[in-house]
Amino acid sequence: MPSLTEDRLPTGSRPALGPAFRASIPVLLGYLTIGLAFGLLLVRSGQPWWLAPVMSAIVYAGAAQFMAVGLLASGTSIAEIAALTFVINARHMVYGLSLLDRFAPCRRFKAYLVFALTDETYGILTTVAPPDGVDHESFYATVSALDQSYWVIGSTLGALIGGSLPFDTKGIDFALTSLFIVLLVEQIRVVRRPAPYLVATAATALAFLLVGPANLLIVAILASIVGILPFRKALS
Amino acid sequence: MSALELGAPWAYALGAILAMAAVTILCRAAPFAFFIKRRPPAIVDYLQKYIPPMIMTVLVLGSYKGISFRATPDWVPGIVAGLAVAVLHLWRRNTLLSILGGTALYMLLIRLM
Repeated sequence: MPSLTEDRLPTGSRPALGPAFRASIPVLLGYLTIGLAFGLLLVRSGQPWWLAPVMSAIVYAGAAQFMAVGLLASGTSIAEIAALTFVINARHMVYGLSLLDRFAPCRRFKAYLVFALTDETYGILTTVAPPDGVDHESFYATVSALDQSYWVIGSTLGALIGGSLPFDTKGIDFALTSLFIVLLVEQIRVVRRPAPYLVATAATALAFLLVGPANLLIVAILASIVGILPFRKALS
Repeated sequence: MSALELGAPWAYALGAILAMAAVTILCRAAPFAFFIKRRPPAIVDYLQKYIPPMIMTVLVLGSYKGISFRATPDWVPGIVAGLAVAVLHLWRRNTLLSILGGTALYMLLIRLM
Protein backbone atom coordinates (compact mmCIF):
# COMPACT_ATOMS: atom_id res chain seq x y z
CA MET A 1 0.00 0.00 0.00
CA PRO A 2 1.62 3.28 -1.04
CA SER A 3 1.97 5.85 1.70
CA LEU A 4 -0.13 8.31 -0.27
CA THR A 5 -3.32 6.43 0.48
CA GLU A 6 -3.01 6.36 4.27
CA ASP A 7 -4.67 9.69 4.81
CA ARG A 8 -8.42 9.73 4.99
CA LEU A 9 -10.89 12.30 3.81
CA PRO A 10 -13.52 13.51 6.25
CA THR A 11 -16.65 11.41 5.93
CA GLY A 12 -20.19 12.09 7.03
CA SER A 13 -23.78 11.10 6.57
CA ARG A 14 -25.35 14.40 5.58
CA PRO A 15 -26.47 14.42 1.93
CA ALA A 16 -23.99 16.01 -0.47
CA LEU A 17 -26.52 17.01 -3.12
CA GLY A 18 -27.72 20.29 -1.58
CA PRO A 19 -24.30 21.83 -0.84
CA ALA A 20 -22.87 20.44 -4.10
CA PHE A 21 -25.73 21.98 -6.08
CA ARG A 22 -25.24 25.35 -4.42
CA ALA A 23 -21.51 25.24 -5.19
CA SER A 24 -22.26 24.37 -8.82
CA ILE A 25 -24.85 27.06 -9.66
CA PRO A 26 -22.32 29.40 -11.32
CA VAL A 27 -21.23 26.50 -13.53
CA LEU A 28 -24.90 25.78 -14.28
CA LEU A 29 -25.30 29.25 -15.79
CA GLY A 30 -22.05 29.07 -17.74
CA TYR A 31 -22.18 25.50 -18.99
CA LEU A 32 -25.82 25.57 -20.05
CA THR A 33 -25.32 28.66 -22.18
CA ILE A 34 -21.87 27.85 -23.55
CA GLY A 35 -23.05 24.27 -24.14
CA LEU A 36 -26.02 25.65 -26.09
CA ALA A 37 -23.66 27.66 -28.27
CA PHE A 38 -21.48 24.61 -28.84
CA GLY A 39 -24.38 22.32 -29.80
CA LEU A 40 -25.78 24.92 -32.17
CA LEU A 41 -22.39 25.46 -33.82
CA LEU A 42 -21.79 21.72 -34.23
CA VAL A 43 -25.12 21.11 -35.95
CA ARG A 44 -24.73 24.19 -38.16
CA SER A 45 -21.36 22.81 -39.29
CA GLY A 46 -23.19 19.81 -40.73
CA GLN A 47 -22.89 17.16 -37.99
CA PRO A 48 -25.82 15.04 -36.73
CA TRP A 49 -27.35 16.36 -33.47
CA TRP A 50 -26.42 13.29 -31.41
CA LEU A 51 -22.71 13.97 -31.81
CA ALA A 52 -23.17 16.89 -29.38
CA PRO A 53 -24.24 14.78 -26.36
CA VAL A 54 -21.77 12.00 -27.30
CA MET A 55 -18.91 14.50 -27.42
CA SER A 56 -19.93 16.25 -24.21
CA ALA A 57 -20.30 12.91 -22.45
CA ILE A 58 -16.98 11.31 -23.44
CA VAL A 59 -14.63 14.21 -24.33
CA TYR A 60 -16.00 16.80 -21.87
CA ALA A 61 -13.50 19.57 -22.59
CA GLY A 62 -15.10 22.81 -23.72
CA ALA A 63 -12.26 24.58 -25.51
CA ALA A 64 -11.22 21.42 -27.38
CA GLN A 65 -14.83 20.73 -28.40
CA PHE A 66 -15.24 24.22 -29.87
CA MET A 67 -11.96 23.81 -31.71
CA ALA A 68 -13.08 20.44 -33.08
CA VAL A 69 -16.16 21.89 -34.79
CA GLY A 70 -14.05 23.70 -37.35
CA LEU A 71 -11.50 20.91 -37.68
CA LEU A 72 -14.20 18.29 -38.34
CA ALA A 73 -15.91 20.51 -40.89
CA SER A 74 -12.65 20.92 -42.81
CA GLY A 75 -11.82 17.20 -42.68
CA THR A 76 -8.63 17.57 -40.63
CA SER A 77 -6.88 14.24 -40.02
CA ILE A 78 -7.64 12.44 -36.78
CA ALA A 79 -3.95 12.46 -35.83
CA GLU A 80 -3.82 16.24 -36.15
CA ILE A 81 -7.05 16.67 -34.16
CA ALA A 82 -5.58 14.47 -31.42
CA ALA A 83 -2.35 16.52 -31.37
CA LEU A 84 -4.23 19.83 -31.12
CA THR A 85 -6.44 18.39 -28.35
CA PHE A 86 -3.26 17.54 -26.46
CA VAL A 87 -1.95 21.10 -26.73
CA ILE A 88 -5.26 22.54 -25.48
CA ASN A 89 -5.71 20.08 -22.61
CA ALA A 90 -2.11 19.65 -21.44
CA ARG A 91 -2.84 22.17 -18.67
CA HIS A 92 -4.97 19.51 -16.99
CA MET A 93 -1.79 17.57 -16.16
CA VAL A 94 -0.86 20.46 -13.88
CA TYR A 95 -4.32 20.42 -12.30
CA GLY A 96 -3.91 16.75 -11.40
CA LEU A 97 -0.47 17.43 -9.96
CA SER A 98 -1.99 19.79 -7.41
CA LEU A 99 -4.77 17.32 -6.53
CA LEU A 100 -2.59 14.26 -5.84
CA ASP A 101 -2.99 14.52 -2.05
CA ARG A 102 -6.65 15.55 -2.14
CA PHE A 103 -7.72 12.70 -4.40
CA ALA A 104 -5.36 10.09 -2.91
CA PRO A 105 -7.83 8.83 -0.26
CA CYS A 106 -10.70 8.74 -2.77
CA ARG A 107 -11.96 5.29 -3.67
CA ARG A 108 -15.43 4.92 -5.20
CA PHE A 109 -15.38 7.94 -7.48
CA LYS A 110 -11.70 8.60 -8.08
CA ALA A 111 -11.72 7.53 -11.75
CA TYR A 112 -14.69 9.77 -12.49
CA LEU A 113 -13.21 12.70 -10.54
CA VAL A 114 -10.08 12.52 -12.68
CA PHE A 115 -12.06 12.11 -15.91
CA ALA A 116 -14.34 15.07 -15.20
CA LEU A 117 -11.65 17.57 -14.14
CA THR A 118 -12.51 20.71 -16.13
CA ASP A 119 -11.22 24.22 -15.33
CA GLU A 120 -14.41 25.12 -13.48
CA THR A 121 -14.71 21.89 -11.51
CA TYR A 122 -11.02 22.14 -10.59
CA GLY A 123 -11.60 25.65 -9.30
CA ILE A 124 -14.51 24.59 -7.10
CA LEU A 125 -12.85 21.45 -5.75
CA THR A 126 -9.65 23.28 -4.79
CA THR A 127 -11.39 26.29 -3.28
CA VAL A 128 -14.84 25.47 -1.86
CA ALA A 129 -14.71 23.48 1.39
CA PRO A 130 -17.50 20.89 1.79
CA PRO A 131 -19.69 21.68 4.84
CA ASP A 132 -19.24 19.75 8.10
CA GLY A 133 -20.87 16.35 8.18
CA VAL A 134 -20.81 15.88 4.42
CA ASP A 135 -18.71 13.08 2.98
CA HIS A 136 -15.97 14.88 1.08
CA GLU A 137 -15.59 12.36 -1.71
CA SER A 138 -19.36 12.37 -2.31
CA PHE A 139 -19.30 16.17 -2.40
CA TYR A 140 -16.48 16.20 -4.98
CA ALA A 141 -18.22 13.56 -7.11
CA THR A 142 -21.61 15.28 -6.94
CA VAL A 143 -20.15 18.65 -7.96
CA SER A 144 -18.30 16.97 -10.84
CA ALA A 145 -21.38 15.06 -12.05
CA LEU A 146 -23.69 18.09 -11.78
CA ASP A 147 -21.21 20.19 -13.75
CA GLN A 148 -20.99 17.59 -16.49
CA SER A 149 -24.78 17.15 -16.61
CA TYR A 150 -25.14 20.92 -17.25
CA TRP A 151 -22.67 20.67 -20.11
CA VAL A 152 -24.34 17.61 -21.67
CA ILE A 153 -27.84 19.10 -21.30
CA GLY A 154 -26.76 22.48 -22.68
CA SER A 155 -25.01 21.05 -25.73
CA THR A 156 -27.90 18.65 -26.46
CA LEU A 157 -30.45 21.47 -26.26
CA GLY A 158 -28.23 23.63 -28.45
CA ALA A 159 -28.00 20.91 -31.07
CA LEU A 160 -31.75 20.25 -31.05
CA ILE A 161 -33.36 23.66 -30.58
CA GLY A 162 -30.47 26.15 -30.34
CA GLY A 163 -31.61 28.13 -33.35
CA SER A 164 -35.10 28.81 -32.04
CA LEU A 165 -34.50 30.02 -28.47
CA PRO A 166 -36.96 32.78 -27.55
CA PHE A 167 -34.68 34.67 -25.15
CA ASP A 168 -31.46 36.59 -25.51
CA THR A 169 -28.74 35.02 -23.36
CA LYS A 170 -25.87 37.07 -24.72
CA GLY A 171 -23.33 37.73 -22.01
CA ILE A 172 -24.61 35.15 -19.51
CA ASP A 173 -21.39 33.18 -20.00
CA PHE A 174 -19.72 35.95 -17.99
CA ALA A 175 -20.84 33.76 -15.06
CA LEU A 176 -17.73 31.64 -15.65
CA THR A 177 -15.39 34.66 -15.57
CA SER A 178 -17.21 35.72 -12.38
CA LEU A 179 -16.72 32.24 -10.94
CA PHE A 180 -12.97 32.40 -11.59
CA ILE A 181 -12.80 35.86 -9.96
CA VAL A 182 -14.68 34.62 -6.86
CA LEU A 183 -12.41 31.57 -6.62
CA LEU A 184 -9.35 33.83 -6.96
CA VAL A 185 -10.61 36.04 -4.11
CA GLU A 186 -11.12 32.90 -2.01
CA GLN A 187 -7.59 31.71 -2.86
CA ILE A 188 -6.21 35.09 -1.76
CA ARG A 189 -7.92 34.62 1.62
CA VAL A 190 -6.20 31.25 2.09
CA VAL A 191 -2.80 31.72 0.42
CA ARG A 192 -1.79 35.10 1.79
CA ARG A 193 1.54 35.48 -0.01
CA PRO A 194 1.88 37.84 -2.97
CA ALA A 195 4.42 35.71 -4.86
CA PRO A 196 2.09 33.20 -6.61
CA TYR A 197 -0.27 35.93 -7.85
CA LEU A 198 2.53 38.19 -9.07
CA VAL A 199 4.37 35.29 -10.71
CA ALA A 200 1.18 34.09 -12.46
CA THR A 201 0.36 37.62 -13.64
CA ALA A 202 3.85 38.11 -15.06
CA ALA A 203 3.71 34.62 -16.61
CA THR A 204 0.36 35.36 -18.29
CA ALA A 205 1.64 38.67 -19.66
CA LEU A 206 4.76 36.95 -20.96
CA ALA A 207 2.69 34.14 -22.52
CA PHE A 208 0.42 36.67 -24.20
CA LEU A 209 3.43 38.45 -25.71
CA LEU A 210 4.96 35.15 -26.83
CA VAL A 211 1.99 33.21 -28.24
CA GLY A 212 -0.98 35.60 -28.18
CA PRO A 213 -4.48 34.42 -27.20
CA ALA A 214 -4.19 30.92 -28.73
CA ASN A 215 -2.53 28.44 -26.33
CA LEU A 216 -2.28 31.21 -23.74
CA LEU A 217 -3.33 29.06 -20.78
CA ILE A 218 -0.85 26.22 -21.12
CA VAL A 219 2.11 28.53 -21.77
CA ALA A 220 1.07 30.81 -18.88
CA ILE A 221 0.67 27.86 -16.49
CA LEU A 222 4.03 26.33 -17.41
CA ALA A 223 5.71 29.73 -17.08
CA SER A 224 4.03 30.17 -13.65
CA ILE A 225 5.45 26.88 -12.42
CA VAL A 226 8.95 27.72 -13.62
CA GLY A 227 8.54 31.20 -12.16
CA ILE A 228 7.50 30.03 -8.67
CA LEU A 229 10.44 27.61 -8.29
CA PRO A 230 13.00 30.23 -7.17
CA PHE A 231 10.65 31.26 -4.31
CA ARG A 232 10.73 27.84 -2.69
CA LYS A 233 12.97 28.87 0.23
CA ALA A 234 11.20 32.19 0.76
CA LEU A 235 7.73 30.61 0.77
CA SER A 236 8.35 27.58 2.98
CA MET B 1 -6.74 7.54 -42.59
CA SER B 2 -9.66 7.86 -44.94
CA ALA B 3 -12.82 8.17 -42.93
CA LEU B 4 -15.13 7.62 -45.84
CA GLU B 5 -13.89 4.05 -46.11
CA LEU B 6 -15.43 3.43 -42.70
CA GLY B 7 -18.88 3.71 -44.18
CA ALA B 8 -21.26 6.14 -42.49
CA PRO B 9 -20.57 9.86 -43.07
CA TRP B 10 -20.32 10.49 -39.35
CA ALA B 11 -17.81 7.66 -38.79
CA TYR B 12 -14.91 10.06 -39.25
CA ALA B 13 -16.35 12.50 -36.71
CA LEU B 14 -16.96 9.70 -34.25
CA GLY B 15 -13.40 8.42 -34.72
CA ALA B 16 -12.02 11.91 -34.11
CA ILE B 17 -14.16 12.27 -30.98
CA LEU B 18 -12.87 8.96 -29.60
CA ALA B 19 -9.30 10.13 -30.21
CA MET B 20 -10.05 13.45 -28.48
CA ALA B 21 -11.57 11.61 -25.53
CA ALA B 22 -8.50 9.37 -25.21
CA VAL B 23 -6.09 12.33 -25.33
CA THR B 24 -8.14 14.32 -22.79
CA ILE B 25 -8.29 11.40 -20.36
CA LEU B 26 -4.55 10.91 -20.80
CA CYS B 27 -3.91 14.54 -19.85
CA ARG B 28 -6.18 14.43 -16.81
CA ALA B 29 -4.98 11.05 -15.55
CA ALA B 30 -1.24 11.38 -16.25
CA PRO B 31 -0.14 12.80 -12.88
CA PHE B 32 -2.24 10.28 -10.93
CA ALA B 33 -0.92 7.38 -13.01
CA PHE B 34 2.66 8.59 -12.72
CA PHE B 35 2.58 8.87 -8.92
CA ILE B 36 0.43 5.83 -8.25
CA LYS B 37 3.28 3.85 -6.66
CA ARG B 38 5.98 6.41 -5.96
CA ARG B 39 5.93 9.24 -3.45
CA PRO B 40 6.05 12.60 -5.30
CA PRO B 41 9.32 14.50 -4.73
CA ALA B 42 9.34 17.36 -2.24
CA ILE B 43 9.16 19.88 -5.05
CA VAL B 44 5.68 18.54 -5.93
CA ASP B 45 4.54 19.07 -2.33
CA TYR B 46 5.66 22.67 -2.65
CA LEU B 47 3.96 23.10 -6.03
CA GLN B 48 0.68 21.50 -4.88
CA LYS B 49 0.24 24.38 -2.47
CA TYR B 50 0.89 27.20 -4.92
CA ILE B 51 -0.55 25.80 -8.18
CA PRO B 52 -4.24 26.54 -7.32
CA PRO B 53 -3.72 30.29 -6.65
CA MET B 54 -1.53 30.58 -9.75
CA ILE B 55 -4.03 28.74 -11.94
CA MET B 56 -6.95 30.84 -10.71
CA THR B 57 -4.90 33.96 -11.54
CA VAL B 58 -4.15 32.63 -15.02
CA LEU B 59 -7.80 31.64 -15.61
CA VAL B 60 -9.07 35.08 -14.56
CA LEU B 61 -6.56 36.91 -16.76
CA GLY B 62 -7.13 34.39 -19.56
CA SER B 63 -10.86 35.21 -19.50
CA TYR B 64 -9.89 38.65 -20.73
CA LYS B 65 -7.51 37.56 -23.47
CA GLY B 66 -10.01 38.46 -26.19
CA ILE B 67 -10.62 42.09 -25.21
CA SER B 68 -9.29 44.89 -27.34
CA PHE B 69 -8.32 48.19 -25.76
CA ARG B 70 -8.31 49.87 -29.15
CA ALA B 71 -12.05 49.55 -29.75
CA THR B 72 -12.83 52.01 -26.98
CA PRO B 73 -15.89 50.97 -24.95
CA ASP B 74 -15.71 47.24 -25.76
CA TRP B 75 -13.50 46.39 -22.80
CA VAL B 76 -15.49 48.44 -20.28
CA PRO B 77 -18.30 45.95 -19.44
CA GLY B 78 -15.91 43.07 -18.75
CA ILE B 79 -13.52 45.11 -16.60
CA VAL B 80 -16.28 46.96 -14.69
CA ALA B 81 -18.33 43.81 -14.06
CA GLY B 82 -15.19 41.88 -13.09
CA LEU B 83 -14.23 44.53 -10.52
CA ALA B 84 -17.84 44.51 -9.27
CA VAL B 85 -17.60 40.75 -8.70
CA ALA B 86 -14.36 41.14 -6.71
CA VAL B 87 -15.70 44.05 -4.62
CA LEU B 88 -19.06 42.34 -4.00
CA HIS B 89 -17.27 39.19 -2.92
CA LEU B 90 -14.83 40.97 -0.61
CA TRP B 91 -17.78 42.83 0.91
CA ARG B 92 -20.45 40.15 1.39
CA ARG B 93 -18.55 36.92 0.64
CA ASN B 94 -21.69 35.41 -0.85
CA THR B 95 -20.64 33.43 -3.93
CA LEU B 96 -24.02 33.43 -5.63
CA LEU B 97 -24.61 37.12 -4.99
CA SER B 98 -21.17 37.98 -6.41
CA ILE B 99 -21.61 35.86 -9.53
CA LEU B 100 -25.23 36.66 -10.29
CA GLY B 101 -24.69 40.36 -9.55
CA GLY B 102 -21.59 40.57 -11.73
CA THR B 103 -23.18 38.61 -14.58
CA ALA B 104 -26.35 40.71 -14.51
CA LEU B 105 -24.27 43.90 -14.53
CA TYR B 106 -22.24 42.59 -17.48
CA MET B 107 -25.37 41.66 -19.45
CA LEU B 108 -26.82 45.08 -18.76
CA LEU B 109 -23.64 46.96 -19.74
CA ILE B 110 -23.14 45.16 -23.07
CA ARG B 111 -26.71 46.10 -24.00
CA LEU B 112 -26.39 49.73 -22.92
CA MET B 113 -23.01 50.49 -24.47
